Order: sequence, then C-alpha cells, then structure tokens
Amino acid sequence: MIRIKDLNKTYYNGAPLHVLKGIDLNIGKGELVSIMGASGSGKSTLLNIIGILDNYDNGDYYLNDVLIKNLSESRSAEYRNKMIGFIFQSFNLINFKNAMENVALPLYYQGVSRKKRNIAAVEYLDKLGLKDWANHMPSEMSGGQKQRVAIARALIAKPQIILADEPTGALDSKTTQEVMDILKTVNDEGMTMVIVTHENEIANQTHKLIRLKDGIIESIEKPQLF
Amino acid sequence: MIDLDSWQEIWQTISRNKMRSFMTAFGVFWGIFMLVFMVGCGIGLNNGMNKSFSSFAPNSLYLFSGRTSMPYKGFQKGRSWDIRNSDLILLKNQFKEVDLISGVIFGGSSDNNVVRGDKYGTFDVMGYGADYNKIDIQMIVHGRFINNLDILEKRKVCVIGEKIVNDLYTPEENPVGSLLKINGIYYTVIGSTIPATKIQVGGDPSSRISVPITTLQQSLNMGDVLHSIALTAFDDVPISNIEENVKRSVKNAHQIDPEDPQAVNSFNVSNIFNAFKGLSIGISMLIWIVGLGTLFAGVVGISNIMLVTVKERTQEIGIKRALGAKPFKIISHIMYESLLLTAIAGMTGIIAGVGLLGILNYGIESSNNEDVFFQNAQISFTVAVAALIILIVCGLFAGMLPSYRALKIKPIDALRSE
Repeated sequence: MIRIKDLNKTYYNGAPLHVLKGIDLNIGKGELVSIMGASGSGKSTLLNIIGILDNYDNGDYYLNDVLIKNLSESRSAEYRNKMIGFIFQSFNLINFKNAMENVALPLYYQGVSRKKRNIAAVEYLDKLGLKDWANHMPSEMSGGQKQRVAIARALIAKPQIILADEPTGALDSKTTQEVMDILKTVNDEGMTMVIVTHENEIANQTHKLIRLKDGIIESIEKPQLF
Repeated sequence: MIDLDSWQEIWQTISRNKMRSFMTAFGVFWGIFMLVFMVGCGIGLNNGMNKSFSSFAPNSLYLFSGRTSMPYKGFQKGRSWDIRNSDLILLKNQFKEVDLISGVIFGGSSDNNVVRGDKYGTFDVMGYGADYNKIDIQMIVHGRFINNLDILEKRKVCVIGEKIVNDLYTPEENPVGSLLKINGIYYTVIGSTIPATKIQVGGDPSSRISVPITTLQQSLNMGDVLHSIALTAFDDVPISNIEENVKRSVKNAHQIDPEDPQAVNSFNVSNIFNAFKGLSIGISMLIWIVGLGTLFAGVVGISNIMLVTVKERTQEIGIKRALGAKPFKIISHIMYESLLLTAIAGMTGIIAGVGLLGILNYGIESSNNEDVFFQNAQISFTVAVAALIILIVCGLFAGMLPSYRALKIKPIDALRSE
C-alpha cells in the first residue's frame, strides 16, 4: 500500500533542519501501524508527507502504486480527498457546522449532492453510535464524541488509508480505549491505518511499531500483544 | 461554475458566523448609507436653490438712477437725473444682446389704498412693461399678464397677487373682470398670480398689484420717467458682459461722465445666482469627498476584519484543504462570500439611505416651510449605479486579500495541534 524509499526532508526556516534522513518504509494493505518517537524525531513530518500535506526533497513515495511527487496543489487535494482519511489530536471539526455536515464535507468536494451526502453522513454517524447527535454542533459534544465524528468523516470518502495524528492525545484513558477499539474495528474491516502516538498502550495494540529517532528509523518491531 | 450547492455552502458560512459577517457587512453598509444619504442631501440642497431661482431669469440686470459724483459738460456734481422711456428704446436698439426689457415704477402703497366693495387692504402698486413677467416670473392662475396693447392704450387694468385675491375675494371667486379701486382710480382685474419663487426683487409679489407702466406714469403725473429698468440678455451672452456698456450708454444719453461710479447703479441678478451656484457646487464637492472618504474607511475596515478572520479561519481553511478542497474552490468561496456580503450590505445601505431621504422629504413637505432651501432630496440612477459598482469593486477588493492569504496557508500549519 505504501512504499517509501530513501525519503529526505529538510526545512529551511532560518538554519536548515534535516528532519528526515533517508526513510525506507513499506506498509501493506490492511496493516495497523504505529509510529513512535520523541518530539523532533520527524514522526509528524513523516505523517504529513504520507498524507500529501507536505512535500519532500528526494526519495520516492508510492501510495497505492501511484508516485506521489511534485504534485500540483489541486492534484494533491484530489488525492487527499479520495485516498486519505485524516484523524487529528485536536479533532479539527469545523465549528459552525453540525456533526452531519462535518462528516459530509469530503463528499462535498467530490461533488456529491447535498441530499446524498447527508444520508451517507448519517449512516456513518450511526455506525459510530452518534446518530442522535447528527444535528449537534461540535461545541455541544464531548471530546470522545468529537473524535468519533472525525473518524466518521475520515471514513466517509472510503479512503485507501487512514492517518491518525495522536488521535487520543486529548482524551482521558477510558475514552482513549473506546476510540482505540473503534479504530481497531475499522482496521479489522480491512482499512490500512497509520497512527502516530507517544503512548505505549496505543502502540502496543498495533501490528507494527516503527520507532523514529533523529530522522531515521531506529527499529521496526512487533508489539507484545500480537 | 458556481452551483446551488456551493451557494448554500457559502451562505452557511456567512449565516453561521453572525458576528463576523455582521462586522464585515457593517463597514460597507455604513459607507454606502452615508454616501447615498449625503449625496441625496446635496442634491436636495441644489434642488432647493434651483427652485428658488427657477422663476427668476438669472441672466438679468436692474438699472437705477443715482446722484452724479463728477462734474461733466458744465453740470455740477451731485445732480440727480431720471431714467426715461427713451432709455428703453435706446438700449433695445443699441444692444442686440438684450432679450427682454421693461421699465419699472414703484407706485408705493398708502394705508388701505385698495378697495373692493366693503373689503379693503394695503398693497404695493407696481408699473411694469409687458415683458416683465418673463423676467420676474409669476405663475398666472387666472387671466393673463399685461400686454403691449395695455401699455399703448394706457388701459386701467391690473394683475393681482395671491394675497389680494385671498383678502378681497371669496375662496371660489374668479377675480378676472372684477373692479378694484386703487389709489382712487378703478382698474379692471385681468389676471391673478401666485409666486413661483422665494427669492424676490422689489417686494413680496403676493401682495403686489401690477398695472401697465404707462397707466401708472399718467396717474402719478410722472411724464416719461421710470424708476428702474429691468433687462435680460440672451442665454448665450452673460449679462455681466454687457453690464458696463449698458451703463455707459445710459450715461452718455444723460450727459453723465462715463467714469462716474455712482450715477448709474445696477443690480446684477446673475452675480447672486452664480454665487449661490458656486456655493452649491462647493457643498456638493464637500459631500462627495466626505462620502467617498467614509466609503473608503469602510473598505479599509472590511479588509482589516477580513485579515483578522483569515487568521481565525486558518483552521477552517486548513481542514477544508486537508479534506480535499482545491485551492480554486477555497479562493472562489471566500471571494463569493465577501461579494455576497458586500452586495447585501450595500443594497441595504442604498435602501436605508434612500429610505431616510424619503422620510426627510416627507418631513420637509409636510412641514410646509417655504423658507427651507431643501427640496426633493434623492439620488439619481447614475449615482445608485456608481455606488453599486464601487460596492462590487469593494467586495472584490475585500475578498482578494484574504483569499490570497488563505492560499498561502499550508494545511499542515493550520492543522498542527496548538
């Protein structure tokens, strides 16, 4: 699903900062992978590159056998829309749209009619147990509920891969496990998933744990649970 | 390109961010409102002034005789002289620029000098030539004004003003054909007038009785003496151009030193008219400057608010881009958003401005105060269209900055958790 070869990335804000120093990584279809590392290790940068939110300097990145390199902004928007679902630590819901409209947003950019996309949105909210909250605004929901809305939004466009950046970082331990259970269920249905985290309990529940340190892969291990 | 679904999306963004939208729209609203209102007031002021002069031929001149201040051809200084009928003929023949000309006699008024049956009153009696009602225009309600035959035959006829009709006649009565005893002599009323203007030369025309100048000359034993001459030039010749020559010509006919500054006095209506015109142009310019300034301040305000909101909207735009919104879509949404916002705000501003002008007009009309130099305040269609164009430009301008900024935002920057 994901093939990364000798990926390099340098930031030029003031002094050049070589963040990724030759990453080689393969993620297969249906895998549940976690990325860990101290802050500054480059894990967020790697996730952004995988998510086509950022570009890289040299190396190759194939997503679903498509070379993702030097894409125009509108082409990368299209790929993000169709192939990638995002889940963020701070949920990143649009606060003036209700749950249903938030979930339906990716379909709007695909040109799906309002009626159809709202039906689909309610369907996904129902899967995540939030059907009754469809017309609520984000400000009226708890953190766990907001993250479930975000998961529904990530799923609605039927992407190839889901990228989660600290998905449980803002949640308490009970909710963390609930959200993690949902993510595992989604993965069980065949969805490839990459989770960036700094919590061992999360990482231990994944198939593959990638440890980054100073811009290179320190180790790829199989957590104890599996 | 922009379908119903997009409009709904745009409208949602506007309507669900009420405070932000309101603040943005208010700047435009206020600018347009003030522009429309002030320009309307300026036009009202102009209309008021124009109306005041509408019944007066602006290109006109009055001549009066004074005492000479220089000795000339054996005459001592301090001599008084009279304008005479012959001067009318002289000026008419000598100056082809002269259009209308009429002698004027101030018949004066004495206590209860006008009697009709058991009603009486005190009114001014004036002697005029046939052209006079084209110089100092009174609106004829009944009958006609004095004509040349009246002058020639020295007919005892008169044209009476509004106040005389009100005082000496019953409301439904037609005064034409009735007899009035004026200073002991009976005159037949041939017409009645009402004033069309607030600016008057030579007394209040509503209490004026106009009689043929020759009749008055005879009854007052004046011979061919006139008190004044009123004349107008054709429209393409400003009266000021011939003023000095006219005076010189009169001086020449009466053995007065051509350089004598006091012997012939003139009252140039066009000078006063031009002064008013200059004043109203000045006021209009001031109003436009202030109005456009207000509008400009509004636009600056919008851009400011928009820049602030782009910061506030960084996250929203970042999310949308992460979810697959293409840059063009983001830009066009923000542009349409501000365009829609300015359009609504501007239209409201125009409507509110025109509405307030309407209320103002109604208030002035119902107050019936003739002394107010203000009439029919409104904006022309051109001004409304110009305001609309300014508005659309404002909208585009206000939208351009933030959408440009929005494009610069990288989705990762927007999404990075705080």
